[in-house]
Amino acid sequence: MAIAIVDYGMGNLHSVSKAVERLGFEPLVTGDREELLSADGVILPGVGAFGDAMEQLRQTRLDAVMKEAAAVGKPLLGICLGMQLLFSRSEEHGNHEGLDMLPGSVVRFAGGDYKVPHMGWNALQFQKPEHPLLAGLEEGHVYFVHSYHVLPEAQEDLLAVTDYGQPVTAIVGRGSVYGMQFHPEKSGELGMSLLRNFLALT
Amino acid sequence: MLAKRIIPCLDVKDGRVVKGVNFVNLRDAGDPVELAALYDREGADELVFLDISASVEGRATMEEVVRRTAGEIAIPFTVGGGISSVDDMKRILRAGADKIGINTAAVKQPELISAGARKFGSQCIVVAVDAKYNEDWDEWEVYTHGGRTPTGIKALDWVKQAESLGAGEILLTSMDADGTKDGFDLALTSAVSSAVRIPVIASGGAGDEEHFYDVFTKGKADAGLAATIFHYKEISIPDLKGQLRVKGVNVR
Repeated sequence: MAIAIVDYGMGNLHSVSKAVERLGFEPLVTGDREELLSADGVILPGVGAFGDAMEQLRQTRLDAVMKEAAAVGKPLLGICLGMQLLFSRSEEHGNHEGLDMLPGSVVRFAGGDYKVPHMGWNALQFQKPEHPLLAGLEEGHVYFVHSYHVLPEAQEDLLAVTDYGQPVTAIVGRGSVYGMQFHPEKSGELGMSLLRNFLALT
Repeated sequence: MLAKRIIPCLDVKDGRVVKGVNFVNLRDAGDPVELAALYDREGADELVFLDISASVEGRATMEEVVRRTAGEIAIPFTVGGGISSVDDMKRILRAGADKIGINTAAVKQPELISAGARKFGSQCIVVAVDAKYNEDWDEWEVYTHGGRTPTGIKALDWVKQAESLGAGEILLTSMDADGTKDGFDLALTSAVSSAVRIPVIASGGAGDEEHFYDVFTKGKADAGLAATIFHYKEISIPDLKGQLRVKGVNVR
């Protein structure tokens, strides 16, 4: 089973690729439309700023490819910034339009008593424990690094949250489109299990 | 709420793990990648690699260690030692490290902190500070070059400056406590934790489980780091976490 990891010049794809390999799948780091569309599943990683990432996706026309992949029901997983890009819009350094595959906005943490970025191990609270992505798993800690967070418009898209002074969107899912705000590839055994559950859907 | 982190530190020289007792007398403790994978399985929350190679070849070997480690473990790791430019940072981050630790180079050229933070994000930049109590000042002084060179800089001033330049974290080593196994330097750790809003990793002096409890509570640290006591199995990470959990500390 081939899993395409979208290469659009944002961040280090090595860890995600190696994690996929360890789980017995064949990772393919690519920015090529044909390769992306013929893969069994697609992972959209991302580290960096929302606006830059969208610009890269548009320039490489991968924004359209992502929508094409979703339209045919191909399992798609956005990780960290990759999850945020799936949503309608972001207010990170100005207002930016996202891929709009899931309705919602990306907003900055209010801060206050809580340090920004939200960086470290925080506990997941499953909203839909029966969902295939969470099946057989117990709530536990995963590794987050982010300064902006997602406010989904549809509560039913919310699969898991974490508490950081407020409920923070951690896992989302609608149809074959999924997102994880934390880094499953850096989240120990639970992270690998979540990734394994996603790969099982491909 | 974020969990308190337990971080084993691996001193690596020419591709092998060594640990200095009070910065001298190196002992060989094995293959870094194997040890990293073991710590991941045991529940370590993060790892720190400190490259103490002196040669160009040693540095190149470290890059290979980083690449292999990134493929083997599923927790974040920091690499420090000998990093003195944005290009060095890029090389190590490309090889698969999550964060970069800078110490002497940051004191020599503080703009390296801001340059790195701008290019890779603050979350990638860990400023490592070796501090020693200075009796004349009744305050802690920053040392560089692996603890050999006093700088005349006050540790509390330096961590605040590092934070304002964009450091994402402070890795604080007490030279007074390091190697003693008498416990972390709680006064120093608490003073630094109160001076900055970024996370503080306490290092130096851990000898038993109680010391970690103290540094998370009295020391206000976000993470506790140790080397020898983990490498030689004087403390097991699952036991340590179990004891902390019983005492009400939030751990993974």
